[in-house]
Amino acid sequence: MAVSETVAAPAATPTPPAPRRAPRGRNAAYWLYLLPGAVLFVLVIGAPLVGTGYLSLTKWSGVGDPTFIGLDNYRQLLHDEVFWASFRNTVAMLVAMVVAPTVLGLLLASVLFDIIGRRFKPRTAAALRAAFYLPQVLPVVVAGIVWGWILRPDGAFNSLLDAVGLGALRHDWLGDPGTALPSVMAVMIWVQIGYPVVVFMAALQRVDPELYEAAEVDGANWLHRFRAITLPQIRPETFVVALTCTIAALKVFGPIFALTRGGPENATNVPSYFAYYTFFKKLQVGYGSAISTVLTLIIVVVAVVFIWMQARSERRDRGF
Amino acid sequence: MSVTLTPTPAPVAPRRPVRDRHHRGAGRWIVLVLVTLAALVMLVPFAFMLLNAFKSPGDYSSSGPLSWPSEFYTTGLRTYWTEVNFPLKLWNSALIAGSVAVLGVAVSLLNAYALGIGRVRGRLWIVGLFLLANMLPQEALIYPLYYVAKEVGLYNTRLAVIIIFTVIQSAFGTYLLASVMSTFPRSLLEAAALDGAGKWTVLWRVVFPNLRPTLAVLLIFFFIWTWNEFLIPLVMLIDNQTQTIPVAIASLQGDRLMDAPTTNAGALISLVPAILFFLIFQRTLARGITAGAEK
Repeated sequence: MAVSETVAAPAATPTPPAPRRAPRGRNAAYWLYLLPGAVLFVLVIGAPLVGTGYLSLTKWSGVGDPTFIGLDNYRQLLHDEVFWASFRNTVAMLVAMVVAPTVLGLLLASVLFDIIGRRFKPRTAAALRAAFYLPQVLPVVVAGIVWGWILRPDGAFNSLLDAVGLGALRHDWLGDPGTALPSVMAVMIWVQIGYPVVVFMAALQRVDPELYEAAEVDGANWLHRFRAITLPQIRPETFVVALTCTIAALKVFGPIFALTRGGPENATNVPSYFAYYTFFKKLQVGYGSAISTVLTLIIVVVAVVFIWMQARSERRDRGF
Repeated sequence: MSVTLTPTPAPVAPRRPVRDRHHRGAGRWIVLVLVTLAALVMLVPFAFMLLNAFKSPGDYSSSGPLSWPSEFYTTGLRTYWTEVNFPLKLWNSALIAGSVAVLGVAVSLLNAYALGIGRVRGRLWIVGLFLLANMLPQEALIYPLYYVAKEVGLYNTRLAVIIIFTVIQSAFGTYLLASVMSTFPRSLLEAAALDGAGKWTVLWRVVFPNLRPTLAVLLIFFFIWTWNEFLIPLVMLIDNQTQTIPVAIASLQGDRLMDAPTTNAGALISLVPAILFFLIFQRTLARGITAGAEK
């Protein structure tokens, strides 16, 4: 997840509403400009999506012709322990990739902006922000490889425990079903935390500093300011961060592939990896398509609900 | 959404005494120490990686991951460099990400021109469709894409990955640029139309120059996102000639032949281009982001 959402609309000079001579947007010639994009969209996204939906109703190994079997794959999914395990792990991913980074990111951004940035040199806050953001820059698979080595039995984390006298806690962190999921969650928090910190710090910079000044003069402490100013002022960004991180958590694949490949004993399996494995290792294309279709539906519903909630809260703010 | 990375103007001078009275205490130093410690924890994995990338396997197994290297060992780096043919992987990654960035921005620009400026009928639904497409799990597309790519002879080619990501990235670009263009000053467009400029001329002579900062930011994001993509390259690019850096390092790790120093050396080399790219374009990104704040 990158900082996409901080790309801003370059609202050029505000213009007085121009006298409208013709009703806008009735110009059919503009459709020509949409044509190449639309054709590509149908070929690469539309048709494959429909294809996966269709294949989810079939039994197919990828060679020969698919056999239509109706909803059998979905019935089988309902009784598939691995499928349910993968969704339970998704809940853990939501905690590690949405809840923890958003909460910690809000606190860190607020502390960095409100305390460090204003009581020390701006450079100090910028350097600290960069440290939190650095994991976001490297390819997530590379992060997975490095952490996989750190958490290995002969890796750096166990050596660190030895060095501080906690050698009794030595452990195969990713190899033990009991600790694999918490270890993966910790890695994901490390990967994700920089994104909300950067977005929230940017958001805080558009808040009128006089709000903070006035609150301080009135004797409000940091916690008061955080609740009364920071949280309400950056609510739009909080929405965007929560939405994009939720989608990322539901889709997470690369880190799981690099760290554990869903193991041990499915302790870290997620729907995305489960679908990949079913498609390309077990060659059950119909079943893999059913998993993908369910995941797609969940993501679409989550996205639509989020966007609807955001639109509603914006309308309420404007007093409609 | 308009945000800015520029520092806020300095607070008004007369208030200063008030602030000093409230904040002379040690509290802010405690906060600074705590946050700095947290930031250092974030950097520890990078330190481990650096420390172990220059160790010999013997050194690693005898004195462990925390010790200082006994010699400046570069064989691990060289092994990784030659074993995975790193220059070729770097070229593959750069070619794919670069092509996607340029093509993705071009397609986004055309789409958004029709939607944001042309305001074609049903544009809200179309923009929503593009936004949703960007959120889809790639598993929902991958098998049909894989199958068709095999049928038409595009499997295991960089072209297949370029086409796919051009569409996926431009779905986001269309969403973003359409909202940017819907606030484009109509007077500029009307002035150009009065001068007799056609739609194509308006796009290149009026809209494109005005949007250049946003397009630059989009270009960089598309490049970075594509560079870091994993699932589709993993499925589509199966041999050494076509693989990208993330796929190459992941498949090396898979066969468990790599010793710890080589793992670290490989990770180190693999993240250098990403960090360099980020450092070089940080200013462009900040400028592009700031461009939105000038109201």
